[in-house]
This record gives sequence, structure tokens and C-alpha cells, in this order.
Amino acid sequence: MTLFGAIFYLLAALILLATAMAITRRQPVHAVLYLIVAFLGTAALFFLLGAPLLAAFMVIVYAGAIMVLVLFVIMLFQQSPRELGLLSEWGPGVLLGAIFLTVAVAMVFKDPGSGIVLQGAVAKPKDFGRFLFERYWLAVEIVSILLLVALVAIIHLGKRRGAEKIEK
Amino acid sequence: MIVPLGHVFLLAGFVFAMGLVCLVARRNLIMTLIGVEVMMNGAAIAFVAAALRWQLMEGQAFVLFILAVAAAEISVGLALVVSVYRRTGSIDPDHYDILKW
Repeated sequence: MTLFGAIFYLLAALILLATAMAITRRQPVHAVLYLIVAFLGTAALFFLLGAPLLAAFMVIVYAGAIMVLVLFVIMLFQQSPRELGLLSEWGPGVLLGAIFLTVAVAMVFKDPGSGIVLQGAVAKPKDFGRFLFERYWLAVEIVSILLLVALVAIIHLGKRRGAEKIEK
Repeated sequence: MIVPLGHVFLLAGFVFAMGLVCLVARRNLIMTLIGVEVMMNGAAIAFVAAALRWQLMEGQAFVLFILAVAAAEISVGLALVVSVYRRTGSIDPDHYDILKW
């Protein structure tokens, strides 16, 4: 096992453990904190797999902005967390996950291409940026329009009923 | 020389399955959205691994789009959850019965 392989298995264990802790917490705030750890582990994994710019984006956007937004919204609700029954609530979910996992694992083991060992390579941010804006500029523009649409939708959804009536 | 591609896909598959279980089993709308985020995390790991295997940058470009779409989607989702909470006072989906006949 090479050094990079050992680092990969370590990061994989970290991501899996942090995600498992995140989905089983009773308090949403605890779940978000464990999920931040999982995202930081994923960012480190992206560094290993040759995507440093994406790793930076994962830390800044995913762990840094989205999870903080979720924390703000959690703070708006006062709710006592509900106890989840073992069979009635976790049962169907775990069954679904198990079915999906059997199919996915079977696919990975059947595929002859999954034995190919990954060769290390790095996409430098400068090259990646040039590639993105030369070949996929339209997709980038569409993503910006998507973010604008989401912003307009959120502003409209967030308005209180009383304020709307007063304006009209 | 890092790891066989299958191992990274197995990691992505496990993360995705955990996100799926969280989405289906939790009775809290915020945790449902967390499950969606975990699933997108798994998909992003799979894309970056595939980009490294084929030594093409398209996979990484797509992960960037996944990130942007996840941000837009969870923001709108949270706005909807806040709106529903204002309407019904609860974020437990089992308590929603306005549309029941």
C-alpha cells in the first residue's frame, strides 16, 4: 500500500464515520457539525484526487456557506427532537439503502474497469479555470442564471403575508 | 498510484446510501435536506474519481456545477421549510394535514 493509498483509506474512514454520525444525531445542530467534518474530509480527498480548486470550493461554499445557512435556519425553529422508532421509521429507510447498496456493490465488482489503479495527477487551478471558461462557458452562465432564479424565489417565499397586503 | 477506481466508487456509493437513508427515515425537514446534501457529496466524490481515471477535466467541471446546484437547491428548500413552519408551526412532516380530506 502506497502512502497515497493509506491517506485515501484514512480519509474514506473519516468521511464514512462523520456522515454516519451526522445522519443519526437527534439534534440537527449536532448533525450539521458532523457533516461539516465530513465535508472537510471530502475536500482533503479532492486534494488527493487531483482537484485542488474543487477542494477549496468545497471548504468555502459547502462547509463554509451552505452549512452556516442551515445552522441559521435551524436556530429559527424551537422544536423538541422526536424519538425515532426503530422499525417504523428507520426500517424502510435502511431497507432502501441496503437494496441500493447491494446493487451498487454488485455493479462495482462486476465491472472489469474498476480494478484500474488511479494514477496521480493534478488539475492546476489556472488550467482548470481556462478549461471551464473555454469549453463550458455556457454552462457557467446558465448556473449563474440558476442562482439568480433561486435568489428571486427565496425573496418571494420569505415575504410575510402582512407585508404583501400592505403594499397592495 | 493511489487506489483502484472501484474502491473510490464504493466510498461514493456508501456515502450516497447513507444520504438516502437520512432522507427517507428522518422526520425532520431539516434532516431531509441534510440527506440530500450528503447524496450530492457522494456523487461529487464519484465524479472526481472518474475525472482522475480518465484524466479529463470534464468530471471536475461537473462537480463545480453540482456544488452550485446544491447551493441553490438547499437555499430554496430552506425558504420553503421556513414558509411551511410559519403556516403550520411544525417541521415534522407527519403533522402536515392541511391537504387531507
